[in-house]
Amino acid sequence: MKQLIRMLLGAAMATTPLVAQDVEFSVPYVSFVLPNGLNVILHEDHATPTVSVNVWYNVGSAREEPGRTGFAHLFEHIMFEGSAHVPEGAFDEWLEAAGGNNNGSTNSDRTNYWINIPNNALDLALFLESDRMGYLLDVVTPGSVDGQRDVVKNERRQSYENRPYGMAFIELYRNLFAPDHPYSWPTIGSMEDLSAASYEDVTNFFRSYYGPNNASLAIAGDIDPVEVRARVEHWFSDVETGPGVPPLDGPAAYLAGERRVVLEDRVQLPRLYMCWLSPAVLNPGDAELDIVASVLTSGKSSRLYRRLVYEMQIAQDVSAFQASRRLDSFFCIIATARSGHTLAELEAVIDEELDQLRSEPPSEREVQRAVNQYESGFLDNLERIGGFGGKADELNRYYTLTGNPDYFNEDLSRYRAVGPDDIGSVVRRVMNNNSRVVLSIVPEGRTDLVAGAPTS
Amino acid sequence: MRDKNLPLLLAVTLLASPVHAQQLPDRDHPPELGAPPALDLPPIHRLSLSNGLRVVLVEKHDVPLVQVNLVVGAGSVTDPANGAGLASMTAEMLDEGAGDLGALDLSDEIDFLGASIRTGTGLHNSMVSLHVPLSKLDRALELMSDIALRPTFSPAELDRQRLDRITTLVQWHDEARIIAGQLFNRTLYGRLHPYGMPEFGTEDDLRSMASNDLRRFHESRYVPANSFLIVVGDVTSESVMPKLEAVFGWWTGGAPDRAEVPEVAQVGERRVYLVDKPGAAQSEIRIGRIGVPRLTDDYYPLLVMNTILGGSFASRLNMNLREDKGYSYGARSSFSFRPAAGPFVARAAVQTDVTDSALVEFMNELRRILEPVSDDELTRAKNFVALRFPGRFQTVSGVANQLSELILYDLPDDYFNQYVQRVLAVTREDVQRVAREYIDPERVAIIVVGDRSQVEEKIRALNLGPIEVMSIEQVLGPVPEMAMRN
Repeated sequence: MKQLIRMLLGAAMATTPLVAQDVEFSVPYVSFVLPNGLNVILHEDHATPTVSVNVWYNVGSAREEPGRTGFAHLFEHIMFEGSAHVPEGAFDEWLEAAGGNNNGSTNSDRTNYWINIPNNALDLALFLESDRMGYLLDVVTPGSVDGQRDVVKNERRQSYENRPYGMAFIELYRNLFAPDHPYSWPTIGSMEDLSAASYEDVTNFFRSYYGPNNASLAIAGDIDPVEVRARVEHWFSDVETGPGVPPLDGPAAYLAGERRVVLEDRVQLPRLYMCWLSPAVLNPGDAELDIVASVLTSGKSSRLYRRLVYEMQIAQDVSAFQASRRLDSFFCIIATARSGHTLAELEAVIDEELDQLRSEPPSEREVQRAVNQYESGFLDNLERIGGFGGKADELNRYYTLTGNPDYFNEDLSRYRAVGPDDIGSVVRRVMNNNSRVVLSIVPEGRTDLVAGAPTS
Repeated sequence: MRDKNLPLLLAVTLLASPVHAQQLPDRDHPPELGAPPALDLPPIHRLSLSNGLRVVLVEKHDVPLVQVNLVVGAGSVTDPANGAGLASMTAEMLDEGAGDLGALDLSDEIDFLGASIRTGTGLHNSMVSLHVPLSKLDRALELMSDIALRPTFSPAELDRQRLDRITTLVQWHDEARIIAGQLFNRTLYGRLHPYGMPEFGTEDDLRSMASNDLRRFHESRYVPANSFLIVVGDVTSESVMPKLEAVFGWWTGGAPDRAEVPEVAQVGERRVYLVDKPGAAQSEIRIGRIGVPRLTDDYYPLLVMNTILGGSFASRLNMNLREDKGYSYGARSSFSFRPAAGPFVARAAVQTDVTDSALVEFMNELRRILEPVSDDELTRAKNFVALRFPGRFQTVSGVANQLSELILYDLPDDYFNQYVQRVLAVTREDVQRVAREYIDPERVAIIVVGDRSQVEEKIRALNLGPIEVMSIEQVLGPVPEMAMRN
């Protein structure tokens, strides 16, 4: 798909040694909407004889009811357990017999599913996706809900409870967002709520959110769009449309003051988490904060890595990221102290570096270095058609967020437009010392290592 | 074909009620599939530089990216008995200062190019890999060459990495997965065997490691006669060979002795090793024995047999422990294929209160795979292994990994084209034969890392064999004292 990367002749952006500075990223597609409301996006890439079928349902844990946290994700599991014309277990068996693989994931805002298959098995993938979109409830039983409830509880044990520092984000969500904000609970849910999820919840949830009018189907790979359009119409036209889904909503998020939280865990070393509420995905400040994260912690010459790990050698690791979400985002800095050092020491250095960024913009080179890394990441995304973050998934992501599946170049332009002054200004605006959550996770009994006593 | 009538069909769809206008799809049977696509690989160019360094090149022009992997026959298998971690630390230190640049400037420049240069070690090889946008290839190759061939090995940087690693050893005490993995390797091969000793290094060995040790290892083992380059991406041999010659052509050095991996006795009578991790919400289980070298004639039957047992989502282990019983988020098995026999392992993290029941199901499945498999399972497993193969060639790094295997095991050029056919030729009898040869449920080591107070009694009641109860310190050694810095 070399032709996808069009040269922008005469564009006046050739002053700095950018990666592929004169290249516009584009993933051409055709799209159409079925009468039942299903949005469809098709993209050709003939590099290998494979196809990826990707479905986004515009629902995540932010749609859950209180007392039913974890339900959207539990439901994702039930989607693999069979539908009216697909016996339990057959979803995976048939795909494996065709040389395919598949997965799904849930976050606060959306649920996505993908199937990667050789090009001869596209019909099978469309049959399976359309059957569970149209006829899931015909076969779901209280027993199948119980089965996946156990699996999900073990996912929670494996990924949270039994993992060192695994409870950190559950604690952070609870402190960053008020209880009535849908980001205040984790997508994995609480054990109690998982136990309470009922068969009736499954049917209600499916009817409310899993209609074709609340979904987008992207197919990328070795396809002929004209033929595939006909196959999509064949398999999905009998899926009944669902009720309208109101836009995702939540109360305004704000942090009145600084919250300090302490958690004791079965760990050897203490770890510090400093988090702020930040602008929603694709909003002004969102890309800037990605660049801030890079300037602070990406690579050995980044500011916090250099000071904490390389020069002072008081931290084992340091990382930062902007967690971009639809209603509100959050930005975190995370660092692990080495033996003999406290989280208060780490916090002091981090605060010092943030003050520095507030008062003086970073160098052109630091910002450009970060932008170049993002640009290079865009190239990498163009190599894969499927899986999480492959082109089919990205087309659906951009469509869901902006209505434009081929938002690649617009997205990258946000990063290309960031200058040093934007960095100082976003740090001053978002990363305020008086409205943040500081979480200390310390070894059991070692509260002497915390960064400040807990606020009540 | 109705596809040919598309415009008309669309018009009808838009005008009339869709469900009535269209013929309802036949959902009573899964759709029939046409013939699977053939793997159509671009040619593999085998070239060399003036110093004899082998170059294997595949053109791939989809995206303007280039992958260059330098694979060096210098792995942890040659680590001396009192120098565990030597190969691995050498690779780690390559980019902590090289050529004329210090660690920070080097990192800054690589990041600025939007490139990534990684260094790493396995048991038999080390690798420096470059992934870079085509427009930055020239400078990135110079930096890659400096990293691979002209590392500084400064004592101050070694001290940093030493502190980093010893701190990592501290953190391992938190990680049930790592505790289980370390004990599993040691139990199968013994502490002094290259497959049993910790590649990452031990506290004592890391503390005594000096820059000169790394320099000597690098001088003797990082040599062109022992190495090869894999190049995949938006280049041609004409465009890239002069660049490779310029940065790697001057490199010299004769081949060192080949690393020998000693023979080791197979696991004997079944035994349970229970490592106490108080308060653990899950138990990490590893069950296994020594497998077989990569170049065995049984390679393809083993791939298929393992897929049925625990190599895929719909495999028996996962269906049983996850889907039927709900004991785990996932259970799998695998053979590690290496120049000498690597381990076979079946594994899962299971919830604490069903640790014993999970062990029973593991043992049931290890016994059941010795019986003939169904035709359905056989077909599914063969297709799963064979038909997914083309998907591995999607990215420049994916193609490079496939080529590495070709060179490391001296496989013929038609290996890729033969692969699908070889897998599809595996029979039910083959599967049963290799299961019986390589899987012996009576002669396995069973590792459980979990909360002893919750699981020990119930495991004893299973009578799986003698039980050895251990502490985390007995597996990993005491938590390193971190007084030392610099």
